[in-house]
Amino acid sequence: MLYNEPSPLEVKVLTRRFGLPNSQSLDTYLASDGYKAFRKAVEMGPEKVLEELKVSNLRGRGGAGFPTGMKWGFVPRNSPKPKYVVVNADEGEPGTCKDRLLMENDPHQLLEGMLIAGFVVDAHVGYIYVRGEYRYVIEILDRAIAEAYERGYLGKNILGTGFDFDVYTHTGAGSYECGEESALLESLEGKRGVPRIRPPFPAVAGLYQCPTVLNNVESFSAVPAIIRDGGAAFAALGTPKNGGTRLFCISGHVNKPGVYELPMGFNLLRMINEVAGGVRGGKKLKAVIPGGSSCPVLKAEECDISMDFDSLAKAKSMLGSGGVIVMDEDTCMVKAALRIMRFYQHESCGWCIPCREGTLWLRKLLARVHEGGGTQSDVPLIGELAKNMLGRTFCPLGDAAAMPTIAFVEKFREEFEAHLNGAPCPFESKPVSA
Amino acid sequence: MANVKLTIDGKTVEAPANTLLIEAARRAGIEIPAFCYYEGLALQAACRMCLVEVEKAPKLMTACTLPVAEGMVVRTNTPQVAQARKSMLEFVLTNHPLDCPVCDKGGECELQDMVFRYGAGESRFLEVKQHVDEREWSPVVFYDRPRCILCFRCVRICAEGMGVAALGVVNRGASSEIAPNRGDHLECDECGMCIDICPVGALTSGTYRYRTRPWEMQHVGTICTHCADGCKTTLGIRNNRIHRGNNRDRSGVNGEFLCIKGRYAGDFAHHEERLLTPLVRSQDGFKPVSWAEAIKTVAGRFAEIRQRGGKFGVIGSNHTTNEENYYLQKLARTGLGTNNIDHHRTGDVLSLLRARVPLATTADLYHSKAVLIVGVDLAQQHSFLAYQIRANWRHHQARVYTVRRGPVREDKIAARIVSVEPGGELAGVETLRDDLAKEPELVILFGDAIQGEAVARLTEFGSSLGIPVKYVCLVDYSNSRGAVEMGVLPAEGGMTLPEMMAAGDLDALWVVGANPLRRHALAGKPFLVVQDLFLTETAQAADVVLPAASAYEKSGTVTNVCGEVQRLQKAFETPGTKTDLEIFGLIAREMGLDLKQLGPWTPSAVFAEIARTVPGYDLPVEVLEAGGAVQAGPSDGLPDAVWAPVQSAGDTLFTSGTLGRYSKMLNAVREAPGELYRA
Repeated sequence: MLYNEPSPLEVKVLTRRFGLPNSQSLDTYLASDGYKAFRKAVEMGPEKVLEELKVSNLRGRGGAGFPTGMKWGFVPRNSPKPKYVVVNADEGEPGTCKDRLLMENDPHQLLEGMLIAGFVVDAHVGYIYVRGEYRYVIEILDRAIAEAYERGYLGKNILGTGFDFDVYTHTGAGSYECGEESALLESLEGKRGVPRIRPPFPAVAGLYQCPTVLNNVESFSAVPAIIRDGGAAFAALGTPKNGGTRLFCISGHVNKPGVYELPMGFNLLRMINEVAGGVRGGKKLKAVIPGGSSCPVLKAEECDISMDFDSLAKAKSMLGSGGVIVMDEDTCMVKAALRIMRFYQHESCGWCIPCREGTLWLRKLLARVHEGGGTQSDVPLIGELAKNMLGRTFCPLGDAAAMPTIAFVEKFREEFEAHLNGAPCPFESKPVSA
Repeated sequence: MANVKLTIDGKTVEAPANTLLIEAARRAGIEIPAFCYYEGLALQAACRMCLVEVEKAPKLMTACTLPVAEGMVVRTNTPQVAQARKSMLEFVLTNHPLDCPVCDKGGECELQDMVFRYGAGESRFLEVKQHVDEREWSPVVFYDRPRCILCFRCVRICAEGMGVAALGVVNRGASSEIAPNRGDHLECDECGMCIDICPVGALTSGTYRYRTRPWEMQHVGTICTHCADGCKTTLGIRNNRIHRGNNRDRSGVNGEFLCIKGRYAGDFAHHEERLLTPLVRSQDGFKPVSWAEAIKTVAGRFAEIRQRGGKFGVIGSNHTTNEENYYLQKLARTGLGTNNIDHHRTGDVLSLLRARVPLATTADLYHSKAVLIVGVDLAQQHSFLAYQIRANWRHHQARVYTVRRGPVREDKIAARIVSVEPGGELAGVETLRDDLAKEPELVILFGDAIQGEAVARLTEFGSSLGIPVKYVCLVDYSNSRGAVEMGVLPAEGGMTLPEMMAAGDLDALWVVGANPLRRHALAGKPFLVVQDLFLTETAQAADVVLPAASAYEKSGTVTNVCGEVQRLQKAFETPGTKTDLEIFGLIAREMGLDLKQLGPWTPSAVFAEIARTVPGYDLPVEVLEAGGAVQAGPSDGLPDAVWAPVQSAGDTLFTSGTLGRYSKMLNAVREAPGELYRA
């Protein structure tokens, strides 16, 4: 199922089967190079597969952008403990909706990626941890898994290679925090979804304290293409150190919102204007959140930028999970900051003091300011509280709440100041009651 | 493990590799504040108070999770660290009610102390605070969510320390709260560990809340008078009343551990049925009389019976002090001329002493590589010993073996479990031979299932393993062990307790702090004198009842189940009562006995005599005076004493013999009076 028309500017690698009839089925998958990569991987052996991954410059698509090949390389293949493959399909970052499409349209691509991961690290069990809201996606996955078992692509002695691999789906219960990898593992083990103290990292002590390969759906889904066509070919699609393509989820005030597969390093302004059809209603662009709600906002004049991990880091934002949220000139930045903080406050797990108390305080403070109840000292306080959280929380959720807030206040300070001392929100059609 | 050198605030510090930075700093005299870090419990890194600067680290690091490393350079005194601490406290106070003036914890609150030292003087929080109503989880435990800082110490001490896991966390974010295991209430050990470990006033106790302020009490460290484990409890006393018991200073063998009895069951001392005046039986029942008259009555009859060569029986106590027990047996033997003296024997200490094998201390239970528990539900009957073993398993991966009739809590941590029928304990132990022989060392604990011949066979088994083995003979009450060692036992030719009760020809029976009529019928009509706190079944049958002071109202020493001698401190007085030792002295004087030979009836004088005459009790008085515990040395096994069968009273966590009946708190909890309660 597709939700938007493809764009001619797209480079379809992971999404090449999107739109094919019965793209979820094993037959469609097989007809389009399915499970060739796995056979090839077995012939290559684990070392070479790892090498290809490193060459591909694939960086984690969950948001942190850690090189995938390196991450797999940390798993002690010879550990006497069982090893696990875990897929993070707890897609929860606001503005992000790509993993859903990958699972809906091409579940076997994900399964093949898992198989290869299992083969590389000598794991024989894989779990797909799917966010609770994606119930229907689990059904699609379960059908694909059943089909793979029936036809010998999962289970014992897969394709006569002697390699065994089992895959299970597991549903989350609606907590954003469980997208954080260690909280995901806790939840998968049946415990309360709070993060773990790290180190040790999952590669060494992950699921049930055993070595674990844990990646995002998109990362696993990229693996078959990399092995099939070679790491160099994948790397060449992107920019140096940012290999391949990426599924960008463009939402907000554009004419053609949707998920588009574009090469890493694609220019953000082109993305908005040429891929997504420009700002809706001919309005002026005001700001863009480039990689999901935790990424610091870019002002319109900062948007002439290459969409890769390093360029955005240089601009003091992040590529994140690929959720591009476009805001036009009528958007209230105080309200946007409040909306984002409301999300993080609602999702804070409550484990550590700065995130638990900081997000609630900021939410209340932003709401008061937006309603006109703020005073001059509240504007710097917002930034200061966010900085008091930044880098001091137990897990990255606190940073995810703090970073966009700091950016909103720094970049749109005058809008915050326009809301103070009983002033109505300049962007609301009706005055807000105090 | 090899030491590493690091620098903290410019000071060179040496610590074993893998020591947590917060501990290394503490040992070097540098405080790194923390709420959630708690020595011995799982790490949390949740409160973020311990953030410090570590050279080469991109951001502040939590000292509670960071192991020290060679060459590490740490700064705890920089503006950035101070600002981080201040900001954490500002955050944690946003939803804190700041109701310090009415909070039980006021004055001894870690949050108050932290804000005082590291916090801001003003509040910038103008929003509405979250409020949740207070909840009563049990008569013992109350939870006030707004005060809670979610450090999760309570959750961990309950799960890890107690092995109960009655507390958890529900909801998310700022709505998170601690929740009890039964939805709206707790079913647990009701030990109150969670309350005492709470750094703030979020968990408060039913006995103490809103009663007094910490600075209005005197804090007296004494020994719990209930079971035999010998836990130090620091009683909070105001106006001659116990308001609480805890052991926050971690003195005593038990550290901070206490069960419901040590914390909350001191309330028996203030029960309205407490005897406050001597009673003498008249035709119309008991008549209250003065102490002078009561002593005269008793001494007169005793002297008269003594003169005519009548027959005495003396029954001593499991709760009275060593000094009282020693003085009583001496008075009986030399003053009354009788060898008929015994007490309710709850474990076969006598046979174990005679085996002359090494005896374990409570500390051994925490350090021994292996522990074998035979025929007892330790978590129920010796909750401190069980706590030690659990801590040993958690911290040192000790191997625990259980041989028992039904499921016990220690099964959860056991390397091997052997189920046996009653009487099959020794055979069950034998099945563990191969495993036990592989252990580097072992402590064996046994209850009344092993007695007489079986004790000898158990110690022979232990000796045959070829490894160092130490033993604990489990007994019921605070000075059961001391009663044996002080000689409250008949020597050859004397009557045992059941024999005295059945004799029918006793002229006088003197019962001190015991209630033999609960288990035995009394034959004949001896002149019955009872010293007790309450009108027990035995006291009701008495001719004279003398109101005694409880262990909390006297000084002296007691010997715990592991033979560790500790000192009682008098915490308060109940007017109208006298200590048993004073009563003995007054009777002796009134009888005109040779006081010079009996010696002065002060605890210190009697203890000096005990040190001279009782084998193993020549103990360093200074250590005892300072509140320390010293294990009594090898005893001679009381070669003259008559052996008799033993029987444990089978108390649970929520019963404590006769005393337990008068503790309102013990009887108020849902689990009371308690089948053996299983968590």
